Amino acid sequence: MTAYIIRRIIIGLMILILVTMLVFLLVRLLPGDPLMRYMANFSGTGQQNIMSPEQHEALLKEFGLDKPIPVQYWDWISKILRGDLGQSIGVGQPISKLIADVLPRTAYIGFLMFIVGTFGGILVGIYCALRRGTWMDNTLTTIANIGMTVPVFWLGIILIYVFAYKLGWFPMYGWVAPWDDFWKSCTYVVLPISAVALGGIAGMARLTRSCMLEVMRTDYVRTAWAKGLRERVIVIRHQLKNAMIPVVTALGGTLGMILGGSVFIETVFSIPGMGRLMVNAIFEYDYQVVQASALIFGGIIIFSNLLVDIAWGWLDPRIRFS
Amino acid sequence: MALLDVQDLQTYFHTEYGLVKAADKVSFHVNQGEIIGLVGESGCGKSVSILSIMRLIPSPPGETVGGKVIFEGKDLLKFEANGPQMRAIRGSKLTMIFQEPMTSLNPVLTISRQLTETLELHLDMDKHSARERAIELLRMVGVPDAARRVDDYPHQFSGGMRQRVMIAIALSCNPTIIFADEPTTAVDVTTQAQLLELMKDLVTRLDTSLVIVTHNLGVVARYAQRIYVMYAGRIIESGLSENIFNHPRHPYTVGLLNSVPKLGERHGTRKLIPIYGLPPNLINMPTTCAFLPRCTEKIGKCEKEPWPELRAVDKDHYISCYVDIKGK
Repeated sequence: MTAYIIRRIIIGLMILILVTMLVFLLVRLLPGDPLMRYMANFSGTGQQNIMSPEQHEALLKEFGLDKPIPVQYWDWISKILRGDLGQSIGVGQPISKLIADVLPRTAYIGFLMFIVGTFGGILVGIYCALRRGTWMDNTLTTIANIGMTVPVFWLGIILIYVFAYKLGWFPMYGWVAPWDDFWKSCTYVVLPISAVALGGIAGMARLTRSCMLEVMRTDYVRTAWAKGLRERVIVIRHQLKNAMIPVVTALGGTLGMILGGSVFIETVFSIPGMGRLMVNAIFEYDYQVVQASALIFGGIIIFSNLLVDIAWGWLDPRIRFS
Repeated sequence: MALLDVQDLQTYFHTEYGLVKAADKVSFHVNQGEIIGLVGESGCGKSVSILSIMRLIPSPPGETVGGKVIFEGKDLLKFEANGPQMRAIRGSKLTMIFQEPMTSLNPVLTISRQLTETLELHLDMDKHSARERAIELLRMVGVPDAARRVDDYPHQFSGGMRQRVMIAIALSCNPTIIFADEPTTAVDVTTQAQLLELMKDLVTRLDTSLVIVTHNLGVVARYAQRIYVMYAGRIIESGLSENIFNHPRHPYTVGLLNSVPKLGERHGTRKLIPIYGLPPNLINMPTTCAFLPRCTEKIGKCEKEPWPELRAVDKDHYISCYVDIKGK
């Protein structure tokens, strides 16, 4: 098991390095450069073309953007290894501070989306599998099929229209931190969480249902019935753990989907989180912020996939011992 | 008085193509300490009969529609399939060994857990004594180094060893009758012999009855005291093992025995004759004898009259046929 985890960690780190390289290159392939925006912000005029070529050259040198890309990459990586995420060119602040401000918000709603999406989906899936063929099962399965195909931003807008604009149950958009005012914060996060979690619930429910049905037909479940165990014990002890193996595998993907969805949903609901930070940075050619956000998003996804792999080994002894 | 008395058991399957009478008026009984063989080709209703007794027929599509299964003075068919009375009997007094040792054990639970759960459930043992008993059971079925291997998972066991574990599970609560559904079909020949010897030894020692379901005549010839031969959902011949093997009376049994070599028979002294044709499709069967199309002994009456009930042709020897080969 230890060798297995170490192998997974090494693979994860290699993927993370590849992600940073890719993002580093991609932002530099975009037309335009971060200095335009920098000048516009600091000249106070709002105009972008007020630099002379000499000034431009000098600024490029100042930010190290005149060096060859591999050298720039090396500089960046060695800084990161020393714990320095660099400076935002556009905003002129340390990136670690920018991220420290927004990351807790995304982590908070992302965590809630993940919990609601996975546990909700697994419970619905188990329920449908145990009551297969009933009208409840059919209804829930149909809703799940629809839920999987609805785009997050569209659902977000519809939810705003119905529950915030028409019914007025929730605020239309914005953010209140739960550590400032918990109950008020809840009213703000209900709609964005619902918009993203529905897709997660739908996917998880479908997967769980089909895995449960598959496991129900296995020989070892028949053995369990032949032992005289009651249904509850058979479901919990014999079916769930087996059925959860593919479901847990899908959790890594679900988390990626939720982080991707949060980029949309933070924009739709004007939540100042990681997603918005990254989207704005892309619009402003703020290379350093884009790179840092990609590093963090990538790190989160790779780390959670690592957890999934470990959970997998815990669930399935055949993996643990190989 | 028989331990288990199955009378006119009828289990039907409702399929999209029509009604399948998988077990049609199956009657047999099991006495204390007896080894019974239930023989027939694939799909003849052997397993369905056993699963019906255990109330393990998946419903839908299956349904036990008639008959009685008298065990300890009570009709098991009157109980709710997964109700408390049936659950109390299943796994303790009536136990099963399945055909596929590779898939019949839960891959994510330790051998220990799979053995102790019946002990805890039926014998009310605490965790510690259940574990001790599990190790003892593994030793009994010949698993080497049982104290260590009890914590292994099924994938660390070979097929033969897994079937030993299944036997241990079946024996764990001192059952009255063990039903072994093709217990050795999926393992190699040497392992087959070991497992059968083991089962025979254990049931003899513990005075437990054993019902072996198989299509292997060699298995029943060696181990069973009484035999029931099934064809197309019905029992067509029954009797003492030596009578059936030495003096078969039903054309199907005769055909079966002609198609397999006998132990000790010299090569080339006898031609093996297959039974021509295929077993019938069980959907919408005619009322006449199901073996009729393949039968070499048929008489005019067979074509007109319905499939006959079992009749005695000798002491404890029954056939369901208008023709009696020996009496011919």
